Amino acid sequence: MELTNQQRNVVIIGGGPAGIEASKALDALGYTVFLIERENRLGGHLGRWDRLFPYGTPADDVLGQMTASMGRVKWFTSTEVTQLNKLERGYNVILSNGLSVLADALLLTTGFTLFNASKKEEYGYGIYDKVITNADLEDYFSGIPVPAVGNPRRIGFVHCVGSRDEKVGNRYCSKVCCATAVKQACEIKQQFPEAVVYCFYMDLRMFGRGYEDMYLEAQKKYGVIFVRGRVSEVSEDKDGHLFVKAEDTLSGKPLRVTLDLLVLMAGMSHNRAVDPIARTLALSTMEDGFLKPKDSLTAAQASYCTGVFYAGACTGPKTLPETMAEARAAATNIHEYLQEQ
Amino acid sequence: MIDFGYGISPSSAINLDKFDRTRFEELAREEPDVLKCMACGSCAASCPTAGHSDMNLRKVILLLGRGREDEALRMVSHCMLCGKCLIVCPRGINTRHLILSVTKIYQKK
Repeated sequence: MELTNQQRNVVIIGGGPAGIEASKALDALGYTVFLIERENRLGGHLGRWDRLFPYGTPADDVLGQMTASMGRVKWFTSTEVTQLNKLERGYNVILSNGLSVLADALLLTTGFTLFNASKKEEYGYGIYDKVITNADLEDYFSGIPVPAVGNPRRIGFVHCVGSRDEKVGNRYCSKVCCATAVKQACEIKQQFPEAVVYCFYMDLRMFGRGYEDMYLEAQKKYGVIFVRGRVSEVSEDKDGHLFVKAEDTLSGKPLRVTLDLLVLMAGMSHNRAVDPIARTLALSTMEDGFLKPKDSLTAAQASYCTGVFYAGACTGPKTLPETMAEARAAATNIHEYLQEQ
Repeated sequence: MIDFGYGISPSSAINLDKFDRTRFEELAREEPDVLKCMACGSCAASCPTAGHSDMNLRKVILLLGRGREDEALRMVSHCMLCGKCLIVCPRGINTRHLILSVTKIYQKK
């Protein structure tokens, strides 16, 4: 007997932008969709961000739009997958809320974890008061008190913290930090127009539409000073100011500067919460821990495991629009897969 | 005192704490496009004086922004104002005019 779409269950693990977008697309195709989120609200990292590059769109507006109509999607927050079993056909997913679902297809939208900046001890996160991360600065912009910010006159941004760094096991580029740093540099100049703002970068990767304009605006409108060179060490003086060393590689000279605030652009690390699932299903991972798609060019949403699909940053750093596009692609792939069953 | 043949050379490090930005800001007011430089080096590569002097407009802009004015002005003194750099600049900076402004602003002391 032919099953209707509604009789087929799709379980989506991870309620960030990818999970939300894919769940709505699959719901629209008539499937019964279960969206599982371990935090107490949907949205993932997007929920912690204030404004988004390149046009400064409020993240809340984007998230609000995305979650305004969830259709018939059965979504659960503060819920985790406690057990996962591969059946002859499909999967049995048992949730921490006691629910047990027979899933015809599984979509992993588990995203990333923000790199733990205290691993880079030379930058002093967690050691010096005036060193914060990009995420802390977003908190500040959102109105959450971040005492470290104070009233800074000299501010530095360090690109590639935990990215392009073999020593911490992250050889890749996290892709979004350059644009985020330039965005935040402009935003902090809006807050403190008198401050001198430096960006310490290795390469500026302004690859997306509108990003180069943002960079140009940072230079010309906000006077942000770009120094090509990786910060080698940070120390603190008795008054709590930060003494920063880098090479100004464009002049070939060592450079020294004292700052009142240093913002570390923490990159994306793979989400360790997905590791048990990857082990249970024997999914392939890459050496940096991200999930390995079947083919990064032609089957980026497919896994090596029948009926298991990927979307978003679980397979590597992605921008928000890339994640959303992957979510919709995954929904189409799952639809094709289920129609063939 | 034995002379070992060594002397103390001044530090080549750039110390941004000691850099008074007033004059660079004056230049940026007169020539806002100076801030647009992305250090591609097209100007330096096309410069006809490059073969026989240390003139390098990319470095001039950089050094002025780092408080190394003497070095920058020494380089600029070799410029013949031919304007080839103006033709190649991808950011559309009027480099010829910029050089004239640099000379004007930094020479009044």
